[in-house]
Amino acid sequence: MKMIIIIISMVLVNNYPLAQFLGICPFLGVSKDLDSSVGMGIAVTFVMVLATAVTWPIQQLLNRFGIGYLQTVVFILVIAALVQLVEMFMKKSMPALYKALGIFLPLITTNCAVLGVCITNIDSNYTYAESLVDALGAGIGFLFAMVIMAGVRSKLADQSRIPESFRGVPIILITAAILSLSFMGFNGMFS
Amino acid sequence: MEEKKRISILTNGIIKENPVLVLVIGTCPTLATSGSVETGLGMGLAATAVLICSNIVISALHNIIPDKVRIPCFITVIAGFVTIVQMLLQAFVPSLYSALGLYLPLIVVNCIILGRAEMFASKNGVVDSALDGIGMGIGFTLTLVIMGTLREVLGNGVWLAGDWFGLAKGFKGIPIFSRFIPGMSIMTMVPGGFFVYAIVMAAVHYLTKDKSKIRNDFGCDGCANIGACTDGDCAAQKQ
Repeated sequence: MKMIIIIISMVLVNNYPLAQFLGICPFLGVSKDLDSSVGMGIAVTFVMVLATAVTWPIQQLLNRFGIGYLQTVVFILVIAALVQLVEMFMKKSMPALYKALGIFLPLITTNCAVLGVCITNIDSNYTYAESLVDALGAGIGFLFAMVIMAGVRSKLADQSRIPESFRGVPIILITAAILSLSFMGFNGMFS
Repeated sequence: MEEKKRISILTNGIIKENPVLVLVIGTCPTLATSGSVETGLGMGLAATAVLICSNIVISALHNIIPDKVRIPCFITVIAGFVTIVQMLLQAFVPSLYSALGLYLPLIVVNCIILGRAEMFASKNGVVDSALDGIGMGIGFTLTLVIMGTLREVLGNGVWLAGDWFGLAKGFKGIPIFSRFIPGMSIMTMVPGGFFVYAIVMAAVHYLTKDKSKIRNDFGCDGCANIGACTDGDCAAQKQ
């Protein structure tokens, strides 16, 4: 039961880009069309779960040696190495998947959502299984937000009716604001 | 001539290449910590400190670091400074430490810092890189303070409320609207961040004389990984 609550709350209530300001750069930058937003969403979900699976045991190790303060340095290096490894592995053994997702991988290392989910899992004292579910939920929430955003943005392709100063980035931000306003409706679902 | 160039490096980051409003990088911390002037200023100063230090170290080391592993090296340097700032804040300004929370360690992945390391510090000398760090840091902090002001005044009706890093405990803020109308608390929440960011950016577009400099979309030139992307392998470039 707790697992279901974690996953629903990560997808809807605490949606990463729309309720917690994590992963805004790819959320705004890669949501131009549906194909690339789905690809980016799946790639982020995959890396999030993988990174959590690796960093959670590492934190236990750091705690055992009393060097928990090295968390930031160790986590970011592990994530960077992990993304590189996944990219190399995919290129070699799964060329079809690499073609679909590979181009998003370099963008993911510096995605704050990935480091964010690893640190939140440690901070909220989740068990290993709960952490993995939490990361999965965060990834699905990200994918969900990306797909909605791509759908809305396809209607914004004609910019001629938008005031000149709001064309380009500002109108995308306004769209995100209205989307996050609607996601606020989920607030207090589990309290 | 030299003097003039240095001054232009310093002022570039504040107006012409403002990281948040013109280059559109570092959006996550901007939106997340601009809820009030106090947290915005705190975040801006913390990021500026990391930016200046990492710019200096990276520009001093850029001849030693092999080109192939430069991104991991840069990240390690940045993460080291972030840890230092984190520990200093935890020890001396615990209220700010808890207010910034998760976004403090996330300075590591702030595109502004890695982006400046890649685009400026790895190509220029120590003094120029330090000046670039100061300029970019001021630009970032200034934007955060402006957005924080708008969100706080519209959301709570008061300006500059907060503990001010322990200097003025329980300061209620200067009343602006709070006597006449209740605050629109949505402005201090998540949607307000997007709204205010959009409006500030639109205002900058309106005031900018040279419209050709305006970025109409997100592309590779603002991305921190611009150097890491090999021959058009980047998702943003592909679009």
